[in-house]
Amino acid sequence: MNDNVLFVINAAKFEQKMIFIDSLATFGKYCLFTKRVFSIPDRWAVFGKRTVGEVSKLGIDSIPLVLVISVFIGAVIAIQMQLNTTSPLIPAYSVGLATRDIVLLEFSNSILCLILAGKVGSNIASEIGTMRVTEQIDALEIMGVNSANYLVLPKIVAFVLFMPILVILCMGTSIVGGYLVAVFTDIITVSKYVYGLQAMFIEWYVWYGLIKSLFFAYIIASVASFYGYYVKGGALDVGKASTDGVVSSSILILLFDVILTKLLLQ
Amino acid sequence: MIEVKNVTKSFDDKTVLFDINATFETGKTNLIIGQSGSGKTVLMKSLVGLLRPEKGQILFDGRNTLDMSAEQMKELRKEIGMLFQGSALFDSETVLGNVMFPLVMFTDMTRGEIRDRAMFCLERVNLQGAENKYPSEISGGMQKRAAIARAIALNPKYLFCDEPNSGLDPKTSIVIDELLSDITHEYNITTVINTHDMNSVLGIGENIVFIYKGHREWAGNMKEIFATTSEALNDFVFATDLFQEVKDYILAHGFTAKGAARRK
Repeated sequence: MNDNVLFVINAAKFEQKMIFIDSLATFGKYCLFTKRVFSIPDRWAVFGKRTVGEVSKLGIDSIPLVLVISVFIGAVIAIQMQLNTTSPLIPAYSVGLATRDIVLLEFSNSILCLILAGKVGSNIASEIGTMRVTEQIDALEIMGVNSANYLVLPKIVAFVLFMPILVILCMGTSIVGGYLVAVFTDIITVSKYVYGLQAMFIEWYVWYGLIKSLFFAYIIASVASFYGYYVKGGALDVGKASTDGVVSSSILILLFDVILTKLLLQ
Repeated sequence: MIEVKNVTKSFDDKTVLFDINATFETGKTNLIIGQSGSGKTVLMKSLVGLLRPEKGQILFDGRNTLDMSAEQMKELRKEIGMLFQGSALFDSETVLGNVMFPLVMFTDMTRGEIRDRAMFCLERVNLQGAENKYPSEISGGMQKRAAIARAIALNPKYLFCDEPNSGLDPKTSIVIDELLSDITHEYNITTVINTHDMNSVLGIGENIVFIYKGHREWAGNMKEIFATTSEALNDFVFATDLFQEVKDYILAHGFTAKGAARRK
């Protein structure tokens, strides 16, 4: 092996090592940040008021997006199921059954949270990042306020508490989306779709979706806050932090999707 | 009184402050001046605890902040007010909400008492009538005054101002300077102002510390600055022909009154 090849291999190994060390450092920083976030609020009344405000901003404001996406994706799943199950051995009601299970198992939690990571995550990261670069966080610190606790804890609590409501809305609306396909098209009858919805129903799937969504809500709110909180620089850096927050929380959602699926469904 | 003793601060391998010694007196407007990049912002951030020097002591009336626990530092911070360069008002709160904020967080006053105190502070900075406006709806000068009102809401013993005139027109700058000076004397607080505005230096500089390349190059008051032998300070303060003429005039006729240089 000549020297050039050895140099390239060594450089690649060094880079991998540095990425690993950087990741460890970021994880350590995230743990310290979490410790600051989960401390006792200075004023419970202020914390309560801020949490209610965040429920409105992060949760209620997300309802229109959730409803629109859910109804269309529910309809598309039903159409796709019908178009791809043409075998006479597969009963017609399987369209309703498959639509229901896809919605309950993945769409209403994992995919919905990936979408919300974009909306809510970028909102959180850019809000906190802007506060950082305009010295509002420094102002809180100098007053003696635990800024991480004051700014981030209400967001996490509000989003985690409201997420099950969004998931339930998503489940219901997606199934209605499929139902509308049955009503307004001739690709499946309403009765067969409704029969499929009720066939072989496993209640645990609903709980499984709700439990997963709590983890994902925590990931979205805390990771986006983390990236926003440690922004350095100006407006461009706030944009970058917002993107990094969304990308990181999306990857973590996918990773935890695998882990939680393994733990909860086996 | 705030005493800075042998403070050294570095970032990685680069030392920004070298063995700084300075005293900021109570009841006086204390100015930290210096060129951009000289280390004055690092010094101010070290004073308020946003940065931690590697060496030295920072004594707030004898209490060394570098030896304090997080809880003790939190208590001390209730005695500190700070005016930031960009005002740092909370965008989501009205002007009144901003001024009420420290009172809500750190006092047991009733809602009515908090509102009264906040309105008093707003009146003190001549901002009555703007209490229901959001920071984005008022001018830069009004934002600075709102930030001063917020900074004095808890009756601080120490007031820090980071470039309070940055981005303001000369007339508004004078208003802010005089407001800071009046508040300092009225409440007998230790005010430390980080600036490179020469109008401020010559108008309200009762105690001035000049930082040059991370070293404390000179300390004195606005009268003594005219007789300085420090070449770096002369180059910095009297950099323009106008200020050189002001210096010559003052040296020839004496320092008559506050604002003489400005009127000249």
